[in-house]
Amino acid sequence: MGLGQNNGVSVKRDAMGLSFAVGLYGSAFGAAAVANHFSVAQACFLSLVLFSGASQFAVIGVMGAGGAPINAIGTGTLLGLRNALYSLRMKPILQLKGLKRLVGAQLTIDESTGIAVAQLNQKDSIKGFWLTGIGVYFWWNLFTLIGALGAQSIGNPAQWGLDSAVPAAFLALVWPRLTNTKSWVLASAAAILALCLTPIFPAGLPIISCALLALIFGWRA
Amino acid sequence: MSQTWLAVIGSSAACYALKFLGTVIPQKWLESAKFTRINNLIPIALLTALVSVNVFAEKTKLVIDQRVIGIAAAITLLALKRSFLSVVLGAAVVSALAYKFLF
Repeated sequence: MGLGQNNGVSVKRDAMGLSFAVGLYGSAFGAAAVANHFSVAQACFLSLVLFSGASQFAVIGVMGAGGAPINAIGTGTLLGLRNALYSLRMKPILQLKGLKRLVGAQLTIDESTGIAVAQLNQKDSIKGFWLTGIGVYFWWNLFTLIGALGAQSIGNPAQWGLDSAVPAAFLALVWPRLTNTKSWVLASAAAILALCLTPIFPAGLPIISCALLALIFGWRA
Repeated sequence: MSQTWLAVIGSSAACYALKFLGTVIPQKWLESAKFTRINNLIPIALLTALVSVNVFAEKTKLVIDQRVIGIAAAITLLALKRSFLSVVLGAAVVSALAYKFLF
């Protein structure tokens, strides 16, 4: 019994701490979006409706590089594929119906799923999912607005280093995934292929073309 | 509608659809080992492509400017196991200094 209670407390503490820490990154997203010629409203729309960090950064990264909307949508969507897997994973735990199911789907991201599956029982999983999902949603959107307004009030993005903040954010997102030789070879191949295609293809297309490398590298175990 | 709004609304709709899709499709559809492997590799390929294009490309031209120095700072901070925000802020500060004094 005591153990269960402790878990209930710790899931709340973990969820709140993680939510705030992750939400802070929203300021980097908001600022980067404005530096890439998105309006404050467009930056906030992405955080409110798309609500998945890597996909949001991809959309502004591709558009900022001069890409067509279809390439931005394609790249963002491929990066959002894993959320479908998270929903699938959460379905038997949450067992949602109606409106709650629509809201739950929106809150299904890396962090809410991560906290939920780390719990020892279903009650804590459900609690962890909602606390983290709602917490990240709140802070992420608040800090997106703050970052976007902050970046809007400054002049040339390069003067403030914002043109480097976007690739640095991508690198920080991919870094924890570079855990073995295969991942490093794939990462290097993608970086090089994208640059080789840049002078040949319309902007944005070189990036999404690199998804083919994932297909090739993942085809065999 | 502007190109940017098209990208914003299109990607938001597609990403929400994916999140919802997971709640309606049968478990076994997404459980093949090959699908899981490829799905895990997609972020590595796309994110590193985004890094290199956002550092070296100016539309369809390749250039070397302050962003190279910014990303070098980011790599250093990541190797030192710094947090996401300090990596992003560090890259921005170093890049801003390089822009002011070198380029």
